[in-house]
Amino acid sequence: MVRPILEVENLKKHFPLKPSLLDSIRGAPTRFVRAVDGISFSIQPQGILALVGESGCGKTTTGKLVMGLYPPTEGKMVLDGVDVTALREDEMKAYRREVQMIYQDPFSSINPRFRIYEVLEEPLVIHNIGDREERMEKVSKALEEVKITPPEDYLGRHPHMLSGGQRQRVAIARAMILNPKFVVADEPVSMLDVSIRAEILELMKQLQEQRKLTYLYITHDISTARYFADHIAVMYLGKIVEMGPVREVIDNPIHPYTKALLAAVPEPIPERKDIIKELPIKGEVPSAVNIPPGCRFHPRCPRMIEACKTYDEKPFSASSEHWYTCINP
Amino acid sequence: MKMVAPPGKIVGGSIKIDGEDVVPLSEGEMRRRIRWQKISMIFQGAMNALNPVYSVGYQMIEPLIYLKGMDREEAVERAKKYLEMVGLDPEVVNRYPHELSGGMKQRSVIAMALLLNPKIVIADEPTTALDVVVQAQILNLMKKLKKELEMSLIFITHDLSTLAEISDRLAIMYAGKFVEIGDSMRIYHEPAHPYTQKLLRAIPRLHEDVDKLEFIPGTPPNLIEPPSGCRFHPRCPYAKPVCSREDPPMVRVNKDHHAACHLL
Repeated sequence: MVRPILEVENLKKHFPLKPSLLDSIRGAPTRFVRAVDGISFSIQPQGILALVGESGCGKTTTGKLVMGLYPPTEGKMVLDGVDVTALREDEMKAYRREVQMIYQDPFSSINPRFRIYEVLEEPLVIHNIGDREERMEKVSKALEEVKITPPEDYLGRHPHMLSGGQRQRVAIARAMILNPKFVVADEPVSMLDVSIRAEILELMKQLQEQRKLTYLYITHDISTARYFADHIAVMYLGKIVEMGPVREVIDNPIHPYTKALLAAVPEPIPERKDIIKELPIKGEVPSAVNIPPGCRFHPRCPRMIEACKTYDEKPFSASSEHWYTCINP
Repeated sequence: MKMVAPPGKIVGGSIKIDGEDVVPLSEGEMRRRIRWQKISMIFQGAMNALNPVYSVGYQMIEPLIYLKGMDREEAVERAKKYLEMVGLDPEVVNRYPHELSGGMKQRSVIAMALLLNPKIVIADEPTTALDVVVQAQILNLMKKLKKELEMSLIFITHDLSTLAEISDRLAIMYAGKFVEIGDSMRIYHEPAHPYTQKLLRAIPRLHEDVDKLEFIPGTPPNLIEPPSGCRFHPRCPYAKPVCSREDPPMVRVNKDHHAACHLL
């Protein structure tokens, strides 16, 4: 097997909560939001890993940790042989050249005062690449690559003159302009209309093939994960509960949470309109401050047994690449 | 609902609710007789539909007191009953919106829309801002309530997957006009209009492998100067010369299935 391009081991990010006045008088210990609570995964070069889960499960925090935007509380991240967690601030700058991010909302991820040219030139300026002329050429090429053509027509425009789909293309061009190896795409299509969504996913796939990119695709939409990714990791309250090849996991889910999530996904099948869906899950996601002991899913799980309350969430394997954390699937 | 914000106004046509044309009605009459009583609305993004400085109960009882002349106690009782019906603890009446989760807020907003037993409820993207599990719970709830309360629902969404799970009939809209309307089974299985066909082929499927998703090139037109003839013709792969000249009429494709396209 090839060496994975990214290896993440027992990665944690805990955010301290500001104590209330009463708590600080009492001297109560600081409480933490355990946004990411010990996750491990690896991605093969040119692979696409989809990270799926509900809001608040820690998928965006994971993306930001991989980007090096937060220092992790604990754990290790190795990108292409380099231990990222051990990098100094000046070395981080070089790392960020290799790893880029596409954000969810193309309306707020682009500075409205910048012209499109400036949006795309900024990363080149920050990293001291080329002179003005060379940068101009790179910017035009980047726009062509995301099919914003002819580039001359767009260079002087401001973001508000573009549609949502065009803006997301500009955001993609900005992520690609430094020639990254690895791209974190955080819900890149969830704010877009259905028809544009397909177009952007196609574009991202094309870029991946041409540039031999690796993606971490963060989404709550499991149908697009199947279409876009080769592997999938299902996250619940800061931990990955099941991971494996995307088709295997979606067609044969093992963890009760994965099953519940899949059962909830709406599908364009009108025959189901009179059926009240069976949802094998209770209540709502608890807060990441008070994570239940044992298996963190047990209070909502339809298959809960006594032993779940003390289970240490060590994974079991289903096949060579497919694993899950459940003692009573 | 006759709630188009000025300077927007209704310039033609009629809206018959329960046989009565409401277009000529005054704002006062709409408020006294029609809105919330005959037709009500669930707005997009329940997070913003509730006023953060009033308790849920306070916001719910307003129409009961002003329109139904109930006293406070009676109104609160009724609000509690409806909160229970949408699967919430009746004690939610005393809670403030920030104390509720997204799903709970959406349920409160649904309860609010049903409070005066309207015959029609318009739900505008009621599940788009919610997570899949909560989304499925809300859809289940709406199906159940529709049956129990014998009401009609106009479900507005861009999400054709969600729509398939709840609709009997479907109308596909493009640039301000219906392009296809009819029985939802027929439309999902045999879409007649090129726009509908393209839209359905742009959805990734959960249990099927799609080699390549299709997409519709270009962007929806500016409605200040919509394209001549069929409004979809600049983006349509099958466009013929007639499409840019004449506006296609709605034609019958099948029983309870109509579409507006020159190719039919």
